[in-house]
Amino acid sequence: MTTPVVAPTAPSVELRGISKHFAATAALTDVSMDLRAGEIHGLVGENGAGKSTLVKILAGVHQPDSGTILLDGETTQIHGPAHSRSLGIAVVHQEPRLFPDLTVAENVFIGHAPSGRLGTIDWGGTRRAAEALFGELDVQVDVGAPVRGLSMADQQLIEIAKSLSLDARVLILDEPTASLSAHEVERLFTIVRRLRDRGVSVLFVSHRLDEVFDLCDRATVFRDGRHVVTTATSELTTAELVRHMVGRTVSLFPKVETPMGDILLEVRDLAKVGVFRDVGFSVRAGEIVGFAGLVGAGRTEVARVLFGIDQRDGGEIWLGGTQVNFANPSAAMHAGIAYLPEDRHQEGLVLGFSIAQNVTLPILPRLFPRLLIRSSAERKVADEHTERLNVRMTGVDQLVESLSGGNQQKVVLAKWLASGPRVLILDEPTRGIDIGAKVEVHRIISELAASGLGIILISSDLPEVLAMSDRILVLHEGRVTADIPRDRATQERVMFAATGSVAGDDHPTAGTQFTGDVTGGGLDG
Amino acid sequence: MAESGVTATVGAARTRGQWLSMVARQRELSLVAIMVVLGGLVSISAPQFLTPSNLSQVASLASIIAVAAVGQAIVVITRNIDLSVEATMGLVAYCVAIVLERHALDAPAAITFGLGLGLVLGMINGVIVTLLRVPAIVATLGTLSIFRGVDYLVAGSHQVPLAGLPPGFTDPARDSILGIPIFVLVALVVVVIGSVVLRSTRFGRQVYAVGSNPEAAAVLGIPSRLVVFTAFSVCGLLSGVAGVLWVMQFGTINGTSATGVVLSVVAAVVVGGVAIFGGSGTLAGAALGALFLGFIANALILVGLSQFWLQAIYGVVILVAVSADALILRRIQRATAERRVR
Repeated sequence: MTTPVVAPTAPSVELRGISKHFAATAALTDVSMDLRAGEIHGLVGENGAGKSTLVKILAGVHQPDSGTILLDGETTQIHGPAHSRSLGIAVVHQEPRLFPDLTVAENVFIGHAPSGRLGTIDWGGTRRAAEALFGELDVQVDVGAPVRGLSMADQQLIEIAKSLSLDARVLILDEPTASLSAHEVERLFTIVRRLRDRGVSVLFVSHRLDEVFDLCDRATVFRDGRHVVTTATSELTTAELVRHMVGRTVSLFPKVETPMGDILLEVRDLAKVGVFRDVGFSVRAGEIVGFAGLVGAGRTEVARVLFGIDQRDGGEIWLGGTQVNFANPSAAMHAGIAYLPEDRHQEGLVLGFSIAQNVTLPILPRLFPRLLIRSSAERKVADEHTERLNVRMTGVDQLVESLSGGNQQKVVLAKWLASGPRVLILDEPTRGIDIGAKVEVHRIISELAASGLGIILISSDLPEVLAMSDRILVLHEGRVTADIPRDRATQERVMFAATGSVAGDDHPTAGTQFTGDVTGGGLDG
Repeated sequence: MAESGVTATVGAARTRGQWLSMVARQRELSLVAIMVVLGGLVSISAPQFLTPSNLSQVASLASIIAVAAVGQAIVVITRNIDLSVEATMGLVAYCVAIVLERHALDAPAAITFGLGLGLVLGMINGVIVTLLRVPAIVATLGTLSIFRGVDYLVAGSHQVPLAGLPPGFTDPARDSILGIPIFVLVALVVVVIGSVVLRSTRFGRQVYAVGSNPEAAAVLGIPSRLVVFTAFSVCGLLSGVAGVLWVMQFGTINGTSATGVVLSVVAAVVVGGVAIFGGSGTLAGAALGALFLGFIANALILVGLSQFWLQAIYGVVILVAVSADALILRRIQRATAERRVR
């Protein structure tokens, strides 16, 4: 733990009672926190805890519904991204937003390049200024080279240089290390510390708890859009931090105890270069296997390979005792796998189609082997499956775009059930739908398992995974870090594995000693 | 598609959004309504406008564009575009005319040859777009030039005169059955068959799915490249039909025949309510769009406006149609969002 050279002074940014709603969902509720000049402040929390909403409010993308923001003690309204920048707030995203065809120098000074005598851009001056900035950061970069082709880490440094050129007082790093190698992370940290020592306030948003301990002076934990705690990292253990992050109340989901049948799906040493590796598990008939992990852990990517959308680089997939290799989703569908994608608008539904047209889309060849589609037969199939799922609609001819999120999700489910799968992969099936619909989706999942389907439930909603799953597989950065049976699964244990922290196996508190190299390696190894 | 849009609202409380979406899905009706009103207005100053002979002439000419527009519409629904249609029409027209003039083939064989040529040209476009993965707008801009170049090469400065065609070959352009011009019947047949294919076959469903949501189509295992290839092939075939009709209509054919027609074809598709970014629209709409534009052109000429005005007004009509689409879409989305929140 490093001691700041500049003593923490008055807060440079102070948030008081910030709330933000999106439609019916509360993203932030009455959040208060402060950011001091010359400190690195960690912000942690589960997916959906409200971290990104806070970042977006500071960046001017969203305006809070209520509450005040104080900059250097003065109440300030941040009107938009440009205003936020002019107030001295800079955000570096996990995936930098640069112009790939422009040079490094042009990107750094985009919008505020030094001008020459005639008001034209002084390119020589721009170059020299960019070189000076990178010199300050002690980084070797050819400022005349185009950004395209530079590594993610270099691009982030360009963003940081840009913030320096704007004299940013507040630097927000949003998950900056997710795609960096250990060496690149170290370089980034050195630079961030240097900025801190110059009096910049740094807000460091990260899923990697070891990095938070390594880099940050203080840390704030969010949970379900609320501020839980802010303390000095030196007074905190990993176990305590994890406990602050989880500990959400579990609402009652109707989980039906189901006798398990034979192994339906078995996966051995599945690998995709740079995405995941050594993934192995099995799913029995009637079993719900939960996939827990943070965003980007590789869960969706595993599912896409199982469904034949992407191709694997290694490993075996066994379905019902035979080894399979799906070249495309139709092959997987034929073999009895169904995949409910994470983004129901992007991948799940054709919004301009009616409910019936959506439901029958994957099974048209089987339903109508001859040329013509008979609407009456189509409606019958759609009726049957939507009724089973209790979709609230005026009829199967209704367009899906006019349904609520929960009912749209049920239509996606109905669509895949119509294909008669043996293994059902559900990717974030309840994200963004209201609580009533959520409970109903859970009921449906339980019933499907009871009817003998093998189910893989990918979810970032920890209580949901815990309540629904017979077994929980935890992924962290493309690897399975834990395989926990239902009766031993706790929020703490899953969160430990998901953050790549040392599993304090039966005694979470024993795992407080932190060893950075467990997670630091990333995927470059 | 239009059918399901209407039935969905039956029995449901008709909110603002549903009304608007009905209007949006009833582009065909609004086109007809505008044509009726316009016809009444124009006939006041130009009585000859509403005479059967003038109307059937307008309809015949518009039918050629309509046939090509149906093909174009299928391509546009898949989120692509075919700019080469006019070159396909021109090349087919000249080749059909020249084989007839040289007595190389008789009339039925020459027509079959013309359609086959159109199909092949469409397949070439399909291969370039799906296998070589060149964006459609670039690929067909290229083939527009290439097909037209071949046309020039084959034709040289030669022009096939009306007298070079077999006697009676151009009669269908003027004849009618039961009072309906033959060209209109051809266009009707094309629209009806095409509509049935799009609405009630697997291929049709896939055309909309690919254009509306490529990611979802991929997840469903829909062979999108095959669908797009087929769409281009059909578009080529129908451009071939339009090329043959062109020969019958004008009789005199040279290497520059049908130049500039692509603008009318794409305009017809857009005015007919086919979304330029794919996924929605009907073939009947596209065909009516062609009729609508032909109708306006004729009306403007009869009222005494110059060719310059014609071009400008064409442009205005297209812009109005497209911005109306965008406006209605935004309203629908807002109304739907409001309903969800409630």
